[in-house]
Amino acid sequence: MSVIEKVRPARTPAPAPRPQPRITDEHGRRIPVWELALRYLLLLIVLALTIGPFLWQLSTSLKGPTEDIFSSPPKFLPGRPTLHNYDRVAHTIPVWDYALNSLKVAVANVVTNCVGSALAGYALARLRYRGRGVTALVFVLAMLVPAEGIVIAQFTTMRDLGLNNTLVGVLLPASISSLNVLLMRNAFRNLPYEIEDAAFVDGANSWQRFYRIALPSVRGTLAVVAIFAFMGAWDDFLWPLIVLSDPDKFTLTIGLNYLHGTFANDERLVAAGTVIAVAPLIALFACLQRYFFRGVGEGAVKG
Amino acid sequence: MANLTVRSRVRRQLPTSPWLFAAPGLLVTGVFVLYPFVSTLVNSFTDRRTLIPGRFVGLANYRELLHDDMFWTGLRNSTLYVLGVVPALVILPLLLALLVQKNIPGITFFRSAFYTPVVASIVVVGLIWVWLLDERGLVNSLLEAVGAGRVGFLSDQWLLLLSAMAVTVWKGLGYYMIIYLAALANVPRELHEAAAVDGAGAVRRFVTVTVPAVRSTMVLVAALASVSAFKVFSEVYLMAGPAGGPAGEDTTLVMLVQRTGTGLTGRVGYASALSVVVFVVTVGLMLLVLRADRRDEA
Repeated sequence: MSVIEKVRPARTPAPAPRPQPRITDEHGRRIPVWELALRYLLLLIVLALTIGPFLWQLSTSLKGPTEDIFSSPPKFLPGRPTLHNYDRVAHTIPVWDYALNSLKVAVANVVTNCVGSALAGYALARLRYRGRGVTALVFVLAMLVPAEGIVIAQFTTMRDLGLNNTLVGVLLPASISSLNVLLMRNAFRNLPYEIEDAAFVDGANSWQRFYRIALPSVRGTLAVVAIFAFMGAWDDFLWPLIVLSDPDKFTLTIGLNYLHGTFANDERLVAAGTVIAVAPLIALFACLQRYFFRGVGEGAVKG
Repeated sequence: MANLTVRSRVRRQLPTSPWLFAAPGLLVTGVFVLYPFVSTLVNSFTDRRTLIPGRFVGLANYRELLHDDMFWTGLRNSTLYVLGVVPALVILPLLLALLVQKNIPGITFFRSAFYTPVVASIVVVGLIWVWLLDERGLVNSLLEAVGAGRVGFLSDQWLLLLSAMAVTVWKGLGYYMIIYLAALANVPRELHEAAAVDGAGAVRRFVTVTVPAVRSTMVLVAALASVSAFKVFSEVYLMAGPAGGPAGEDTTLVMLVQRTGTGLTGRVGYASALSVVVFVVTVGLMLLVLRADRRDEA
C-alpha cells in the first residue's frame, strides 16, 4: 500500500495550463476537471430522478383549483401557491386522526422493539442458562418466515384474541422483531467482558449489569433499532390493510389508500395527503441520517 | 465500596432468571410468528373460512391450485417480477455507489437525497407514481412536449407490470447503494492501481477489479432483492388497483393471498395453501442464489 501511494503523486504529470480546483479523492489524489464535471452531471441527473417526483407531488399539492395541472409542457412551479388542498384533505378524511394513529403505533413500536430486543439480546449474548440455544433458534427461524406468507394466519390469530380492528392488533406482530433481537445480541456480544465481570464481583445481579453497564454501551445499535422500528410502523401497508376495517382506526397509509380509491380523480387532494404522510419521515431522516445508513449496513450484513 | 455492596444486596431481591429477559421476545415471536406459521401449514389442509372452523380436506386445496387460472397468473406475475427487478437492483445500485463513492464536495447531500425514496412509505411512493404515469400526468406531458405520443402506462396489462417494477427499482436503489458503499470501502486500492498501470480502462477495471471484489455483496443483494420481489404486493396493488389491473391480469401471488383470505367470507384454508407456495418459493429462491454463489467459487 505505502509504496504505490508514495510513488503515485510523482508519476502524475500535472502541467496544468490553468489553475485546477484542488479537489481530491479520499486518497489525496487530484480528480481531473473533466471527470469532476461528468460526475456532477450524472449526480444531478440521478438527483432529478430521485427527488423530482417528490417535488412534483409537492408542487401539485400547492396548485389551486383554477390552475391547470395537466398542461403540456408541464408547469413545474405553482402559479399561485395555496394551502387550500391541505384544508380540503382534512375535511375529506380525518387525516390528522390517521396521523395520530400512525404516530401512536410507531412510537409504541419503538418502545416495544427497544425494550424487548435489548432484553432478549442480552439474554442470548451474556446469560448462561439451559435453553439458550433453543431461544436463539426460535429467533433465527422466526426471522426466516416471510411476513407475507403468514398474514392470513396472523389475522385469524388476532380475531381469536379479539384484537382485530384495533391499533394494538396493528402493533403486536412486529412489536419485537427477531431481526432486532439478533442485532442487539451482536451488539452485546461485541462488548468487552471485563467491565461486567468487575460488576459481577461487586455483587451486581444480572438486571443491574444489564441496565447500568451493558445497555449504555450499545446506545448506537439501540438508536438504529428505534429508527427502523419507527419507519417500519409508519410506512407499513399490507398488515394494517388486513387487520383494520373500521375507518376510525385507520393509520395514515390505509387512509391514503382509501383517499386514492375514493377520490382518484382529485390529484391535488391525493398529492396533499401524500405530502402529509411523507414529510415527517423525511424530516426524521434529515436529522438522523447516519443511523439510517448504519441500520442498512447492520441489518443486511450481520442479520 | 461498602455503600455499593449494601445497595446491591437490596437490589438482589429482584428475580434474575434469564427466562425473564427472553420472555417478552419469545412470547411475541411465538404467538405472532411461529404459531401463525404452523397454523398456516395446518390450515392449508382444511376448508376453514373466516367465520367457519374448517374440516380436514387433505390435499384438496393444493389440487384446486393447479386448476386455478388466477393462481397461475399470480405465480407468473410474481416470477416475472423477480426476473425483471433483480438484475436491475444488483447492477444499478452498484453503479450508483461508484458514483457517490468519492468524497467530492456536496457528496453527503447527494447520498442522502438518493436514499430518500427508501424512507418514504410504499403507499406514498405508489401514489406519487400513479400521478406521474397518469394518462395526463407529468411523464405523458413531457412525452407530448417532445413530440412523442401519450402512453397508457396504467391501462395496459404489461406496461402496468413494467411500471410497477420500475417503481420497485426506483424505491430500492438507495437501500442497496448503501450496502454496496460499505462493500466498496473494503476494496483495496492497490488492485485498481495495478490494473490502471496495466492499461485497463474504467470499464475493464469495473469488470476485472470491482465486480470480483464485491461479488459476495452482489449475491447478498440478489438474495434480498429476489425474496422481496417475489412477495411484491403494495406497488401493484396501488398502481393496478385491488382487482389487479385489466381482468385481474396483474394480480401477484401475495395480492391473491390477501384477496382470497381476508374479509368475512375469506377462504382461510385456500389462502393458506397459496401462502405455503409463497413460502416454499421464497426459501427456494434463497437457496438457489446462495448455491449459485458457491458454484461460482468452486
